[in-house]
Amino acid sequence: MQTFGQQLINGLSLGSIYALLALGYTMVYGIIKLINFAHGDIYMLGAFWGYFVINQLHFNFIWAMLSAMIFCALLGVVIEYFAYRPLRHSPRITALITAIGVSFLLENGMTYLFTANTRSFPQVIKTVTYHLGGLRISNIQLLILGTACLLMLLLELIIKRTKMGRAMRAVSVDPEAAQLVGININHTISFTFALGSAMAGAAGVLIGLYYNSIDPLMGMTPGIKAFVAAVIGGIGSVPGASVGGFLIGLLETGVQAIGLSAYKDAVVYFVLIVILLVLPAGIFGHKTKEKV
Amino acid sequence: MLSVKDLVVNYGAIQAIKKVSFEIHTGEIVTLIGANGAGKSTILHTISGIMRPVSGQVTYLDRQIQKVAAPRIVQAGISQVPEGRHIFPGLSVQENLQMGAFLRKDRRSIAQAYEDVYNYFPVLKQRRHQDAATLSGGEQQMLAMGRALMAAPKLMLLDEPSMGLAPIFINEIFDIIRAINAAGTTVLLIEQNANKALSIADRGYVLASGEIKLSGTGQELLANTAVQQAYLGG
Ligand SMILES: Nc1ncnc2c1ncn2[C@@H]1O[C@H](COP(=O)(O)OP(=O)(O)OP(=O)(O)O)[C@@H](O)[C@H]1O
Ligand SMILES: [Mg+2]
Repeated sequence: MQTFGQQLINGLSLGSIYALLALGYTMVYGIIKLINFAHGDIYMLGAFWGYFVINQLHFNFIWAMLSAMIFCALLGVVIEYFAYRPLRHSPRITALITAIGVSFLLENGMTYLFTANTRSFPQVIKTVTYHLGGLRISNIQLLILGTACLLMLLLELIIKRTKMGRAMRAVSVDPEAAQLVGININHTISFTFALGSAMAGAAGVLIGLYYNSIDPLMGMTPGIKAFVAAVIGGIGSVPGASVGGFLIGLLETGVQAIGLSAYKDAVVYFVLIVILLVLPAGIFGHKTKEKV
Repeated sequence: MLSVKDLVVNYGAIQAIKKVSFEIHTGEIVTLIGANGAGKSTILHTISGIMRPVSGQVTYLDRQIQKVAAPRIVQAGISQVPEGRHIFPGLSVQENLQMGAFLRKDRRSIAQAYEDVYNYFPVLKQRRHQDAATLSGGEQQMLAMGRALMAAPKLMLLDEPSMGLAPIFINEIFDIIRAINAAGTTVLLIEQNANKALSIADRGYVLASGEIKLSGTGQELLANTAVQQAYLGG
């Protein structure tokens, strides 16, 4: 029971990170039907940004995270503008290959500039571990969980309550109709990339604090897992991405807890396959129903 | 109000519209009739700024708009009710209408626009909290028209509003088009249902293979033997 509770805490912390990342995948997919393979690398760049502003400019945690979000938002917008926008009307596979290319560019570019070495992330917040009836929970874990939930709530409000959010929903269900009511498609897509990338930037700083180490390839595996989370949740569904993220986080720590660490990734993919066999559209996805 | 001059529009190498010219005066109902593939929707998409012409001009209220982006065209007062309705599934009826007022800011006049739409289409008011995807075809057509009205258009472009509807719905839709026109909105109506369209139109144009073949008042075209043979089944 105690290990179960402990794994729940660890799983939720890790799951928050996957959830934040999965949101970017799902929003971008929802709006332009592109799997943005470079998304994990934006998360890596967010972590590096945090590393530098904390070390060089002595930012505190809040400013480091906020500035990483802004930096990543701009980066996402720039990547979309130069790499994906020119291919808007090309076959989908072209854009997909370009996304893989952008991912390599960011990974190799960062390796070239900063070497492939792992760096230890500055601990701007001193880790304090609380003991609650045999469970260990750190302030960092609480911070990750709290920040992730806050950001998800904020995102939900933006999507549901603001004009830009309504435009995002309209463009993702019917771009032609969206244009006919006066929505600027380009602005809406830029905004979506900005939002998704900002979430990735926050996740990058949080993981730096949690795991203590960052490197130019750190985005690869979490990127793929977050993508799996988005698919499990139902790609294109925002609540689905959050649920999928937490699910993968819990699963991974659970598998580690029963002593199968070496197989944790295999289990994640196995669950993906099982869920997709039972629910082909994911947990929150719905089959497109159209009336002609 | 709107004049289209020597319009040429291509899809890749295919020329869909070949030097089309026509005019709409303020307050009129003008209809453009033609068979499948004649190029009717292509013309509407060009006016709405979703497609760019290869050459030719579209002049609206003394301003050339053939290079203007779609949102600006809606803002200038041209709203389209697209072929196949294109309502937003997953959004409620009321949210769909709200999307129609996307570019408007004045809350008071938006509230008035809801009133107007619900007056034209009382069924939409009953269903306002329902997912738009669950409406019947006729109700979806009404919603698409209501959404276009929410932008307070000066010119409304309707692309085959009667498509796939039962006769009673068709009559209702055409009555409402007349009422909308009587309330001051100029109408460009695209139809394959030539009989109905010509009977409510001030003037009409016949489009075939991307070219205007005939034009005249609604009554003239209804009486024209060539039109009767080609489009009125007689
Ligand atoms: N996306 C496209 N790519 C290539 N050709 C197209 C495309 N859309 C339309 N066309 C062609 O352009 C021509 C005009 O099409 P358009 O849709 O304007 O016709 P329409 O008069 O609206 O027909 P319908 O009554 O069937 O709606 C047709 O020959 C059609 O095949
Ligand atoms: Mg058409």
